[in-house]
Amino acid sequence: MALPIMAVLVFFLVLPIIMIVTVSFWQATEFSIIPAFDLENYEFLFGSNVTYRVFFNTFKYAFITWVFTLSIGFTVAYFLAFHIRSLTWQIALFLLCTIPFWTSNIIRMISWIPFLGRNGIANSTLISWGVIEEPLDWLLFSDFAVILAFVHLYTLFMVVPIFNTMMRIDKSLIEAARDAGASGAQILWNVIIPLTKPGIMIGTIFVVTLVMGDFITVRFMSGSRSANVGRLISNDIALLAYPSASATAVVLLLTVLIVIGLMLRFVDIRKEL
Amino acid sequence: MTKLSRRNVLKGGAAFAAGSTLGAPMIWAQNIKDVTLRQFGTGVSNLNDVANKVKEDLGFTLEMTALDSDSVTQRAATQPGSFDIADIEYWICKKVWPTGNLQAMDTSKIKNYDKIVGIFRNGKLTPDSTIAQGTAPHTVGFTEGPDGKGFVDNESGWMTLIPTIYNADTLGIRPDLIGRPINNWSELLNPEFKGKASILDISSIGIMDMAMVVESMGEYTYPDKGNMTREEIDLTMKIFTEAKQNGQFRAFWKSFDESVNLMASGEVVIQSMWSPAITAVKSKGVPCVYQPLEEGYRSWGGGIGLSAALSGLERDAAYEYINWYLDGWVGGYLMRQGYYSAVPETSKNYMSENEWGYWFEGKPATDIITSPTGDALAQAGDVRDGGSFEERMGAVACWNAVMDENQYMVRKWNEFIAA
Repeated sequence: MALPIMAVLVFFLVLPIIMIVTVSFWQATEFSIIPAFDLENYEFLFGSNVTYRVFFNTFKYAFITWVFTLSIGFTVAYFLAFHIRSLTWQIALFLLCTIPFWTSNIIRMISWIPFLGRNGIANSTLISWGVIEEPLDWLLFSDFAVILAFVHLYTLFMVVPIFNTMMRIDKSLIEAARDAGASGAQILWNVIIPLTKPGIMIGTIFVVTLVMGDFITVRFMSGSRSANVGRLISNDIALLAYPSASATAVVLLLTVLIVIGLMLRFVDIRKEL
Repeated sequence: MTKLSRRNVLKGGAAFAAGSTLGAPMIWAQNIKDVTLRQFGTGVSNLNDVANKVKEDLGFTLEMTALDSDSVTQRAATQPGSFDIADIEYWICKKVWPTGNLQAMDTSKIKNYDKIVGIFRNGKLTPDSTIAQGTAPHTVGFTEGPDGKGFVDNESGWMTLIPTIYNADTLGIRPDLIGRPINNWSELLNPEFKGKASILDISSIGIMDMAMVVESMGEYTYPDKGNMTREEIDLTMKIFTEAKQNGQFRAFWKSFDESVNLMASGEVVIQSMWSPAITAVKSKGVPCVYQPLEEGYRSWGGGIGLSAALSGLERDAAYEYINWYLDGWVGGYLMRQGYYSAVPETSKNYMSENEWGYWFEGKPATDIITSPTGDALAQAGDVRDGGSFEERMGAVACWNAVMDENQYMVRKWNEFIAA
């Protein structure tokens, strides 16, 4: 049983990563790639303050998106798991949450652009209500727009695992807590959240890796005004600088692995599943 | 595959004998229908209408793939087996030619070679014009011989690319939202348009637009905009980074459609733009002008190159295609979109007098001008932005270019976008 899975993993995961690591030490000119062992790509990467700024930006997007997707995702899952009594309604409402996901990522993202634009629906509505006099420029092509799109795109990835773990919480534990005199807030904090941790952690891993690896959302929603690591890589690829793109990809991969490693130290997913 | 029999060999021999005595077209008419040529290039000239017309006029199949300029460069440089004909820009040629993926073309097989405009042969539009800065097409248009790997500065008889399409680019503006005349490139950074300007995020072209702006502001005069030193790149980027941080730019665009949307929605009132994008904005009923500026135009040119692997019947078909390309039908089609053809005089045969007058001679239209797809672009009495061919192509200040310090420039460009 294990052999086919191993073969697939080696062929489609391990080999490509080895390739990327190898190429990251190569050199490139405008039209050719030269096999070599040279640390120049890494030297440039670590020597440029753009790298640090861009990595900071990437973490910033990941963190803010995480905060919002977690609070929205947790609330939605909590409502579905504990406030909806009938299983039929739970399934119906859960499916309702997934409806936006029947269209493609890109379409859901781009549809924000006319909505948030200078003469878009959001601005004209606010003006007609008299809330603002001049259109708000920061609604579109800004960090606000980027994070809005991320939250919109990825909240479901929080809802699903959290809802899943919540459904498996033994209801008698909650009753026991109530019998022992715990308030609603205490039950939430001392019973539900600790038992939902694995779900939260899985959702967090989804959201953080998706946001850190993204490039297209940042490009479209910031109007190319902001950059994250994904955009650095995509720019390099577009300009045929594969070695330098590989070096950036290796650093990004390591960063994401470290972040996930840290998170797994807090929660042992395997034990709690 | 047919079995090789004595009978077939004899038949083949007879056909060969007939072919050699009666002239090549005999064989070619038999086999040409089986030929398929794979062409790729930017969306600009990779049009299905052209492929359909080739099938109709020449009988063989042309498969078109349209990509953006970065992907085009990438494919031409790294996947030589994936195409027969590369439809690329001259600055891309400068990058791709040294890889040996393209083969030199014999100009004696090009029927209309003598009629190709001077820009692509000796660099001069008229005998007394000066050659603009940057990667001027004629500097990378010729190689030393059939196996040439370098470029030569004379008409050697072996071309790297056969020129097909070119134009002079400038800034696009929304006259209705600006409400005053715009005459200089420096207006792009005018604080009056804070949060309403845009520039394209394609480094090799964007840097040239930046250079035009910097010169126009009087900040610096480049000895050669097309080949900047590191200090010059730093200086240019510094000026634009400051402007970016002050909120001058609403967005940066990378694809044609993005530029159209930014302009049509009013997010942006002044930006770098390409000619058909202006047409697209206008056809939505939104006023948009391709504003001629005092400092001149930033120009670009494209051409067709043959894959090094192309030989035999396929190569003959490719030459046939090139000759057909320069024969006027495509030229007329492209000129009606606002581009120029490498052999304008043959295109004239495929355009009405009104169209020729409006697009090429800069005369007021005598009737409605429509695009090849039928949208009205101008009414009777309208004059083309920038005027005639000579006025526009004669005012070119620089060509799209690849610099010696290209890699440094690209890294600085990344910094600018991340700033």
